[in-house]
Amino acid sequence: MSAHALHAVGVAGDPASPVHRLDPRAKLLGLTGVTVVAVSVPASAWPVLAACAGVLAAVAVAARVPARVLATRGAVVLPLLGLLALTLPFRPDDGAVALAAAKALTGTASAVLLGATTSFPDVLHALERLRAPALATTIAALMYRYLFVIAGEARRMRVALKARAYAPRSALQAGAIGRVAVALFLRSHDRGERVHLAMRSRGHAGSLPRLRTLALGRADVAFLAALALALLPLRVALGVAS
Amino acid sequence: MIAARDLRYRYPSGAMALDGLDLDVARGERVAVIGPNGAGKTTLMLHLNGLLHGTGELRVGGQDARTADLRARVGLVFQDPDDQLFMPSVLEDVAFGPLNLGATPDEALMRARAALAAVRMGELGSRAPHQLSLGQRRRVAVAGVLAMEPELLVLDEPSASLDPRTRRELLELLDGLGQTMLVVTHDLPFAAQLCERAVVLSAGRIVADGPCLDVLEDVELLAAHDLEMPAGFDPRALVERAGQLAA
Repeated sequence: MSAHALHAVGVAGDPASPVHRLDPRAKLLGLTGVTVVAVSVPASAWPVLAACAGVLAAVAVAARVPARVLATRGAVVLPLLGLLALTLPFRPDDGAVALAAAKALTGTASAVLLGATTSFPDVLHALERLRAPALATTIAALMYRYLFVIAGEARRMRVALKARAYAPRSALQAGAIGRVAVALFLRSHDRGERVHLAMRSRGHAGSLPRLRTLALGRADVAFLAALALALLPLRVALGVAS
Repeated sequence: MIAARDLRYRYPSGAMALDGLDLDVARGERVAVIGPNGAGKTTLMLHLNGLLHGTGELRVGGQDARTADLRARVGLVFQDPDDQLFMPSVLEDVAFGPLNLGATPDEALMRARAALAAVRMGELGSRAPHQLSLGQRRRVAVAGVLAMEPELLVLDEPSASLDPRTRRELLELLDGLGQTMLVVTHDLPFAAQLCERAVVLSAGRIVADGPCLDVLEDVELLAAHDLEMPAGFDPRALVERAGQLAA
């Protein structure tokens, strides 16, 4: 992934919107809840999926996230849908593939909306406060920070290859790419050691301290209640009926 | 501020990095540490903050570097700011040190803002480090240690890869700080402008120690340790000019 592509997955829409301003925990729980509701419906519960789509559309409108952003970022699920489509000729037409595709699209749209309305560091902060393992969130935070640095190094190495007329015409000439990957790995490993030293030099003792605390407010509770009211009664009713 | 006696350190690979180093630095002094690649400069820097422990004696601020917690007293500024700026935003990164030292979030925020203002980066606190230029990242790295209010500032190649204007601005910034300073550098004109004293570190020991201009004018000494001034550069003229401008 290039550095440009990394920049393209940040917060989108109106940063001052009511959705953007919600506590990241509310958005994480709410949008994950939409995904859980969607993936758990039985085959006969299309109205629940329609309700999920409606809820997500409402959130996108409130956050003023453009449809183009949803479409381009949501395209990440297309390879999976393609694989599902490949199985169509070998399966009875019982609607299972369409249902799986709808569930995948709903889950992807939820994740895209979370990413468009909440910065990745805020998502990690929310996970920390929701008692996710500190080691996992610290690793994810450092990965996020250094993806940009490593992507920049990879780009410079690719340019250096091209500058020395590297243009493989056969698989036998592709070995240089492997060696570049090894060099990138070694550089990243060395950088990891230096970062660890730099962290210790400023008193790091195991977890990343937070400057800001999160506080759930009325708007957050109202957001979660609205999602629950919109989806749970329908989900429970149709789930029992099936 | 620093008292090292017969300091020795050997890396696990067997390479001798410090080989009987003796060094005294008084409080308030600015000392340039110059020397060829592999001379042990970075190893010395890591000892000063207690990140490495060799044999021999090392006291920093009157305390034994083996046992004292030096993180609050010695600020290390690493050569590559990307190694040092690991938090998601500039403000959080600068507050990282104070929070680790036990400051409350409000205190840490205040110290971080003051440090960013001191390096003229007060407007960019909400930015992510990857959104800054190299010169800006280096300033933020300096702010990250200033926020810890250290008595000793140790900078590793602070002027490396900076364009001339950014280099001058960094020089002015460092010149305005009151801390005792150890500047590890290959940039001899930078050393001449910032430091009144220079030591030459070669093969793990101090081989020359004196007024910065005297050391830098000793062409034979510099050549013997793979160092040289840029062609036609007269450090004395530069320092005199800087003095005239300041007057």
